[in-house]
Amino acid sequence: MNGGSGLAGRLTGFVRALREQGVRVGTGESVDAGLAAEALGLADRERLRAGLAATLLHQEAQRPVFDQVFDLYFPRTVGAPVPEGDAQVPLVREELRDRLAAALAGNDAAAMAQLAAQAVDSLGGYGDASGSDGWSAYQTLERLRPQTLLARVLAGLREGQELREGQEQGAAFTDRLAADEIRRRIEGFRGLVATEARRRVAERRGADAIARRAVAPTADRVDFLFAHRGQLAELHRTVRPLARKLATRLAARRRRAARGRIDLRRTVRGSLSTGGVPMRPVLRRRRPGRPELVLLCDVSGSVAGFAQFTMLLVQALHDQFSKVRVFAFVNSVDEVTDLIEQGRADPEGLSSRILAQAEVTRFHSSSDYGTALGEFAERHAAALSPRSCVFVLGDARTNRTPPNAEALRAVRDRAQRVYWLNPERRSAWDTGDSAASVYAEVVDMYECRTAAQLGALIGRLATV
Amino acid sequence: MRTSEDVADGAAAAGHFASVDEVEARLAEAGYLASPAVATTVYLADRLGKPLLIEGPAGVGKTELAKAVAEVAGARLVRLQCYEGVDEARALYEWNHAKQLLRITAGRDESWDETRTDIFSEEFLLARPLLTAIRGRDPKVLLIDEVDKADVEVEGLLLEVLSDFQVTVPELGTVRAERRPFVVLTSNAARELSEALRRRCLFLHIGFPEEELEQRIVRLKAPGLDAALTASVVRVVGALRAMDLRKAPSVAETVDWARTLLALGADTLDESVVRRSLGVVLKHQEDVAKAAAKLDLDAV
Ligand SMILES: Nc1ncnc2c1ncn2[C@@H]1O[C@H](COP(=O)(O)OP(=O)(O)OP(=O)(O)O)[C@@H](O)[C@H]1O
Ligand SMILES: [Mg+2]
Repeated sequence: MNGGSGLAGRLTGFVRALREQGVRVGTGESVDAGLAAEALGLADRERLRAGLAATLLHQEAQRPVFDQVFDLYFPRTVGAPVPEGDAQVPLVREELRDRLAAALAGNDAAAMAQLAAQAVDSLGGYGDASGSDGWSAYQTLERLRPQTLLARVLAGLREGQELREGQEQGAAFTDRLAADEIRRRIEGFRGLVATEARRRVAERRGADAIARRAVAPTADRVDFLFAHRGQLAELHRTVRPLARKLATRLAARRRRAARGRIDLRRTVRGSLSTGGVPMRPVLRRRRPGRPELVLLCDVSGSVAGFAQFTMLLVQALHDQFSKVRVFAFVNSVDEVTDLIEQGRADPEGLSSRILAQAEVTRFHSSSDYGTALGEFAERHAAALSPRSCVFVLGDARTNRTPPNAEALRAVRDRAQRVYWLNPERRSAWDTGDSAASVYAEVVDMYECRTAAQLGALIGRLATV
Repeated sequence: MRTSEDVADGAAAAGHFASVDEVEARLAEAGYLASPAVATTVYLADRLGKPLLIEGPAGVGKTELAKAVAEVAGARLVRLQCYEGVDEARALYEWNHAKQLLRITAGRDESWDETRTDIFSEEFLLARPLLTAIRGRDPKVLLIDEVDKADVEVEGLLLEVLSDFQVTVPELGTVRAERRPFVVLTSNAARELSEALRRRCLFLHIGFPEEELEQRIVRLKAPGLDAALTASVVRVVGALRAMDLRKAPSVAETVDWARTLLALGADTLDESVVRRSLGVVLKHQEDVAKAAAKLDLDAV
């Protein structure tokens, strides 16, 4: 183990790695974590895990990251798995599969952890000699293929059942649950393999390095443009909690604004009747309540994930605004407010529904910001008022068509505020066919690569 | 931050339990079966003298845990049930105006100063849960239930009380806890709690229990149900939770279902039993329909 000696050193490294993963840990919390570790000791690893989580975390969303980092700094064991009994080492693939099938059928957690360790040891090493360059969970699972054990495990279970019951009863009702149960156990086993591979690599390269590289970030810190399907699905599950958080923040902001600030000029004027002593502070009149929100989203392939997430988020927040309207475009604009309202039940299918049911493309299927903006300014200007706050979402990649900044200016002049959220890294703006800076001259453009950034921006900007 | 002085201060609550094992064993005697994470966190909250914030879906035993801790600690349970609009007068204290008026009318010939001193004394004070919890030397568990339902403003009040364990009544002076209560806050996350409040607390998320633990809970709460049937009930509930329903069934529903089956005299879980009793487990009609389809039940 690296990173200082003894428990205190390990805790320090652990806390540092958590911070690098975006978990905010204050000094008070680290002190408590130290006290907790001291009180609990290292003997029972799951208790230590629970105690550190209780002192260092403040919300459940951070738990997956916490667990991965914990497994690196407080590993289950040290070194290669110890062979048991007469088993030949390393275990061959078929033997591993046989044992795994038995463990899956019996839901034997201890055996599955053992097998994950042995599988990584026998199948996961790469380099000149096995493991000399590292250990790979991907390679382990590709070779072991645990998902193909499903049918075999189910057949085994059914046979056992029949033997016990003498076939008199037919299939029990709960048999129909078995397939899904086994699938979930296989998923769990894949997780164990990933954890074990990281542990083995960390032994060679140090926990600090692996925590930095190999810990999967929480969904809200995944880059929209690079998220894969699984991550997007996970991201959709964060819409509701994020919306709740934002709703609290927006409501608090509105309340603060409603209280009003002291109007100095009118206070002084009022004080003339009391001989210049400002007896009664005059508050500025409160501003109107909820703003109207207008979303204008590029839904072309490259940025679809980003647009979709934002639409769902805004939909979930609709209580916070007096009105929400959403428009989508690729090279033609259409209103999709209703589609999104219907789409809450099936967020994954939203993009394809928009592409199928709304008229967002014409003549060809690549993005054309200039034409789309022009159409919006011309046809949907009625959606804009001095109380509306407009968010344009997109990467500003125009496919080398004219950007038509004029149209954006017209939109800006009719609305209260216009913000542009760009899912690309700032350093990529203006490379290739990006017209980012042309638009950024007209409206404020923000880099918005992750759900966390998006939440922060909406919370800050979406009050009029 | 905690200083050694704070800990030495007689006000710290610490010390109901000597070990995590003891927490687990004594809670079990009180009818609460704690997961390792729950037992560990309760032990630490007691040991470090920090409030415990418990989050989790409805019906996983958040409130029940606070009650069980009070029982085994031989402490009085003081409960502040939060709701939209709960305010200082409901949470902290209030003057008994009716009684004050009576007193004023009764004492006609004394000076106003005398009357005033008298009507703003202990006798006319109505202590609400937060004040009750820090007064007196007897051990207490303060349960601030469903804190997410209260308005944001109430959090400021809680923060003040939970930081200093003292309350100032302008007319009376400052009441300082002689003995800190064991504090539990629960939340369903209807609203995001402030960072400041979270930082005062140890955090515990209670999710749905592991299969083995849930079976033990059912055996405890619905004794007499056949062991195989208990196992089946827990399996079906597990399958329902994986279905992404509007409201996933919680431990409370599992227990209700087990009791219903006991009352129906069912001895195995077959299709017709499930069909007849699914309404006990699922609260929304659309959930019932979705589950029936996925479980391959004939028309429900
Ligand atoms: N670990 C447990 N041991 C014993 N009983 C439990 C346990 N967990 C849950 N229960 C049972 O579940 C029921 C519901 O628990 P409780 O009312 O405390 O839930 P809750 O989490 O406070 O829900 P809500 O958010 O709706 O207030 C309890 O009456 C109890 O019977
Ligand atoms: Mg409750």
